[in-house]
Amino acid sequence: MNKLRKHLELNVQLILEKRPQSSGLMNLFSPLLAIVLTVVVGGLIFAAMGKPPLTALYLYFIDPLTSWWSVEEVLVKAGPLVLIGVGLAVCFKANVWNIGAEGQLTVGALMGAIIPILWGEWQSPLALLAMLCLGALGGALFALIPAWLKTHFGVNEILTSLMLVYIAQLLLDWFVRGPWKDPNGYNFPKSVSFEGWHLLPMWGDGRMHLGLIVSLVAALVLFWIMRHTLKGFEINVVGSAPRAGTFAGFSQTKMVWFCFALSGGLAGLAGLIEVAGPIGQLQPQISPNYGFTAIIVAFLGRLNPLGVIFAGILLAISYIGGEGIQIELGISSKITQMFQGMLLFFILMCDTLILYQLKWISTKPNQPTSGHAS
Amino acid sequence: MLNKSNNNAPMTLLQVTNISKKFGDFYANDNLNLSIETGKVHALLGENGAGKSTLVKMMYGALQPTSGSIFWQGQETLIASPAHARELGIGMVFQHFSLFEALTVAENISLALPVQLRQGDLSQRIADLSLDYGLPLNPAALVADLSVGERQRIEIVRCLLQQPKLLIMDEPTAVLTPQEAQALFSTLRRLVEEGCAVLYISHRLEEVKQICHDATILRHGKLVAEVDPKVETAATLAQLMVGSSVHQVSRDANGEIGEVLLSLSHLYQTSSAPFGVDLVDVNLQVKSGEILAIAGVAGNGQGELFSVISGEERNPQQHFISLLGQVSDGLNINQRRLLGAAFVPEERMGHGAVEHLSLTNNILLSRHACNDEGSSLDRGWFGIDRRQLAQLNKAISINYDVRKSREDDVAGSLSGGNLQKFVVGRELNRKPKVLVINQPTWGVDAGAAALIRQAVIDLSRQGSAILIISQDLDEIFELADTIAVISRGQLSPSYAASELSREKIGLMMAGSHEQTAQAFGA
Repeated sequence: MNKLRKHLELNVQLILEKRPQSSGLMNLFSPLLAIVLTVVVGGLIFAAMGKPPLTALYLYFIDPLTSWWSVEEVLVKAGPLVLIGVGLAVCFKANVWNIGAEGQLTVGALMGAIIPILWGEWQSPLALLAMLCLGALGGALFALIPAWLKTHFGVNEILTSLMLVYIAQLLLDWFVRGPWKDPNGYNFPKSVSFEGWHLLPMWGDGRMHLGLIVSLVAALVLFWIMRHTLKGFEINVVGSAPRAGTFAGFSQTKMVWFCFALSGGLAGLAGLIEVAGPIGQLQPQISPNYGFTAIIVAFLGRLNPLGVIFAGILLAISYIGGEGIQIELGISSKITQMFQGMLLFFILMCDTLILYQLKWISTKPNQPTSGHAS
Repeated sequence: MLNKSNNNAPMTLLQVTNISKKFGDFYANDNLNLSIETGKVHALLGENGAGKSTLVKMMYGALQPTSGSIFWQGQETLIASPAHARELGIGMVFQHFSLFEALTVAENISLALPVQLRQGDLSQRIADLSLDYGLPLNPAALVADLSVGERQRIEIVRCLLQQPKLLIMDEPTAVLTPQEAQALFSTLRRLVEEGCAVLYISHRLEEVKQICHDATILRHGKLVAEVDPKVETAATLAQLMVGSSVHQVSRDANGEIGEVLLSLSHLYQTSSAPFGVDLVDVNLQVKSGEILAIAGVAGNGQGELFSVISGEERNPQQHFISLLGQVSDGLNINQRRLLGAAFVPEERMGHGAVEHLSLTNNILLSRHACNDEGSSLDRGWFGIDRRQLAQLNKAISINYDVRKSREDDVAGSLSGGNLQKFVVGRELNRKPKVLVINQPTWGVDAGAAALIRQAVIDLSRQGSAILIISQDLDEIFELADTIAVISRGQLSPSYAASELSREKIGLMMAGSHEQTAQAFGA
């Protein structure tokens, strides 16, 4: 009798069990699985909105790749995402959490714009080079604020770097409405249009620009550094095993400074490239949240600079696709942010499967009210 | 169901039949059978990696067996979780305590108890129970102020409050002075007299002989023997554990003692960790050809002492530390390595080596700035010299018998003993003039321990100065020429090993030298 009851009460539960070793396969498949889940849930959301899900998904993900014009547009958007994303990937690898790339991008754009706005008559390739350097310098210096707060006062860099974003954006807003407003601009909050050597060389249908090559080179150089040099080794060790890093003689403090300077510099460079490329002047809005989206890019790219290139392209598609379905189906382009949010959510979720596996276990409770540990 | 019989005839409390646990393709436990009886202390013996922890975790509900079953009081039971295990009456005292240092004893215990046990005057109950069992505890004391032995008492009292029928203890004496260990043994004897069962995990064979009634010996996840520890000798038990007789470390007559290579004079260091131990007026000298061992109970400043000598923690304004005759306070760890010093930290995983990195990368960890024989391993933009690293890896593996499944395996897949041989070998291979090594054979199997100890002795006979920090008195007497004892951040004077007995060291560990040290320090 008792035995029979036991069998009847047999129930099954799903548990997360730690893997003995992290799964190399899941490390590769986790981002793919996350993309699939995002597409499926996205389709369900389209259906719930009363739109044809397959058409919407096609317009969102595939259509941007069907004409050369929109492929160029995808690449133009991927450029800053990759440039910022590779810097953040290095940062996150070192366990340094720079969340404020958007602010560093803004300050980089402001610093670089000093030359076209204040020295408009200086026309030479050197002027462009100086703008690029100033852009990177501005982003790096702005990023050193949270680095300093962290190393000297132990302030959490996630909070400070994030809060500084809003300061940077208000600073830009003040400049373009105040001292740097174009005197002949009919009172619009815009600076003078950049001209000549203050703009990046462009080609293609007039949207592709030098910045794309900068992004590609940055990704390749960082890939080499991370993969083959002692600096890359240091970043890995300090990030994953801080005490072993100390034993190796690597300084945690210097690593915080290095990571913020590098990722801030690249974000600043991306900001300058945006204003000296596709935009061509300063205005209150210079980035559709590239600095934040690059966080997703870094994770989706497995914090690997080569992976970041592909992730950057995918996230760029999500911007273009969002605009596409707004035009075709009348869905708000805010859907882009929803897709990006879902993607990050699913990556972080799927990453659990690298270290853990799902397991069904059958429990045969002979003590029906068994407590479960957290 | 609760069968509270007062008769003391042993009955089977917990039985494990044909239990196996598989991780991937690896059997951590292979078809084990074991039964634990009331009123007995049952020893679970085995080298590191023999599968003791896996087995115990299944009994405590922290892991689920791949196959086989567990019978609790005669009924087949699936122990779903540690909470379930505690409900059944299984208590466990872990090797590493999970206590909040900023809270009091009573608060810590209260946090871990189920709600119904928190009612009433818990402090009074703790005080009564702890006194009753000879584990005196002040419920209002802050955990941060307590010694490791006292912290262990908290964990034991926490278990006893739940009136366990089976108490599992994982290497309980690893952190105790000999005197504290004896006190613990009387508590355990008292518990089994009351009909409780104790599962005692250890690899200290003398104490197993002293207090255990049964012993189960595991090797490579398999059960090799069930013996009566009282009739076995420590040597036969060791042989069963290791599978072959253990190599004895040999020490020829003392080598030549030369000049002072490492000296600390009046070293004061305030700990940077929240509840760390401050070092107070530490003086020591290690000469060429000498092995100085620092004994002491864990958590008395050993970690702090190691990191200040290695340069991981610095105090650059002072002139406390001299390495090879050079004032070294301002030097970082790599500059100290370049002078000819080498360091082996206590934790091999996460400190001495990185789990997910390959062995060659782990060599790079401590050698990137100082590759004594060859050219620099760091070639800047041209990357790291992988070929030299591979050669070093090969040499270390051969010289120090590092066994692994692939030539350049990741550190995490080596067994504890092999990883320790690697971490020690990585430094010894440099033939350092000064070697500082914290817990050289902690949690390492007997074979690996013998190899490491022999290598350390050989290095000293070649004229290096060696400082060993250890909690293992057997090891200290095996290796040391001179011995000092650390207690609450104060170091005793050094004595020749022949002048000291275990009892005297035990008293010094408990702090008997502190008064004099303070008098001199002031």
